[in-house]
Amino acid sequence: MFAMSVSRSQTSPADPALAVSVEGLAKRFVHRSLLRRSEPQVVTALENVTFSVERGEIFGILGANGSGKSTLVRVLSTLLIPDQGTARVFGYDVVREAGEVKRLINRVSVEASFFKRLSAMENLLYASRLYGRHGRGLRADILAVLDRLGITREQVDQPLEQFSRGMQQKVAIARAFLTSPILLLLDEPTTGLDPRSKRDVQALVHQLRSEHDATILLCTHDLDEAEALCDRIAILDRGCLVAVDTPERLKALAARPGAGAPSLEEAFLALTGRTREAELATEPG
Amino acid sequence: MTVDVMPKVSAGSRLWQEVRATYAFIERNLFLMRRYWGWEVAFTVYTVASSLSVMYIGKAQQADQDYLVLYLGIGTLVWSYLRSIFSIISEMIAWERWEGTIEYTMMAPVSRLTHLLGVSLFSVLYGLVRSAFLLGAIALLFDIDLAGANLAGAALVLTAGSLSFIGVGMMAAVLPLLFTERGAEMTFVLSSVLLLVSGVYYPVAVLPGWMQPAARVSPATYVLEGMRAAILDGAPVAALWPMLWPSLLIGLLTIPAGVLVFSAVERYAKRTGRLKRSG
Repeated sequence: MFAMSVSRSQTSPADPALAVSVEGLAKRFVHRSLLRRSEPQVVTALENVTFSVERGEIFGILGANGSGKSTLVRVLSTLLIPDQGTARVFGYDVVREAGEVKRLINRVSVEASFFKRLSAMENLLYASRLYGRHGRGLRADILAVLDRLGITREQVDQPLEQFSRGMQQKVAIARAFLTSPILLLLDEPTTGLDPRSKRDVQALVHQLRSEHDATILLCTHDLDEAEALCDRIAILDRGCLVAVDTPERLKALAARPGAGAPSLEEAFLALTGRTREAELATEPG
Repeated sequence: MTVDVMPKVSAGSRLWQEVRATYAFIERNLFLMRRYWGWEVAFTVYTVASSLSVMYIGKAQQADQDYLVLYLGIGTLVWSYLRSIFSIISEMIAWERWEGTIEYTMMAPVSRLTHLLGVSLFSVLYGLVRSAFLLGAIALLFDIDLAGANLAGAALVLTAGSLSFIGVGMMAAVLPLLFTERGAEMTFVLSSVLLLVSGVYYPVAVLPGWMQPAARVSPATYVLEGMRAAILDGAPVAALWPMLWPSLLIGLLTIPAGVLVFSAVERYAKRTGRLKRSG
């Protein structure tokens, strides 16, 4: 087993240079059956998770299904209250100052999460207005953003249920563009997309960072994607953070004398103490 | 210590932003109505048909036909209006769970009060339009004499009743937050109980004694009694006061309580991981 690798100092949670600071975060879910007198089922989603993300970084959270990635994103999105620990976004506590945090963030999740019968324009009007955008220029701005994402004028008024998943994810990215978050939480945004759509979405992530000065926290189980996009990567395994470092340093950690340079996948498996077979066995389907 | 990333916004402009955000909910629901127009037509036809059927029961009676038709007509109109308000508000969470948008709405930077008021405003507009359709159909098929009616008084009673139903709807909206699978079904049961005990088609006095206390806590009872007194008997506003004050009181108590209860349950849902899409 490897010692936990943490690059850069673990600064105080209220460090003003940090986009995200998480300290000692823990979350457990208790499932009780109302009908059967059985012991409640307890699932530990996060256990003593500590890390920080600097402003402007693309920070990856890498983990298998059920490792706690989505729980972490939901805590940072103010949708889940942790049992222990603190999480701050640009110094604002996600529980006590949720209103301020909400103004700074947006999220793109694995499900596009739209009103499926509404068009891209209708969905984006709704989202933009919730984030305080009004006025005559709004429709023109939406058209411009969708146009940049390759969505034609004819498609703008079609119900989103007629869009492919890749197109729906592009509209989800457009929603993030329009609300100009300075922290964007991406929860497996390319899962299930074809290679071309995946590349498009990845290009948009880079664009968001460069044009909107956004910090990006990307949760994924796609190792290639993490390596291609992220400045640093945290590896989450069964709710515990086992390593935080640059992709290169993580790979170096898994290097063995005499063997060639390991891939990020090999580093991930080594750092989580699992074999590839065991990893596949935990994945659904 | 926080980073200087928050746009500087005065309290006044933040309030104005919240007021404008209520429009987001009204506009969104109008979009949804337009996209689900087939269902809107189906529900409207069903409401009109069932209301007219009930009114024809009055017409089939030998005595007091006109009085009975109007009595039942007021019942169907008022219930159609109040139920629209109650359903739209109480089902707002269940609807968003089903669409999969709940997390995005709940993480948006608008206060819960703005959210609830936006949905409530839409529900009142929707209820008025639906009731106007129903009223048009009734006027086409029945010869109704409103010469002696106190229509201003009736409008007053309906306004007070709207407030009370907005409050009750807000309270009921927590059920789908608490019970991800069964919450929407519970709100349906609640509206069915209100229909039974509130004297929509009959006087509360005909209910069994043990059921009558439930009628006294239902805001619909006071709206229906007030509307009938104003329209059937032409009662002046002073005479409507015994029906007006309970409605106003229920509204004044349940709207703030609804916002508080909703916020408390939202916090519980965030603690237990229930604030998520279903399906």
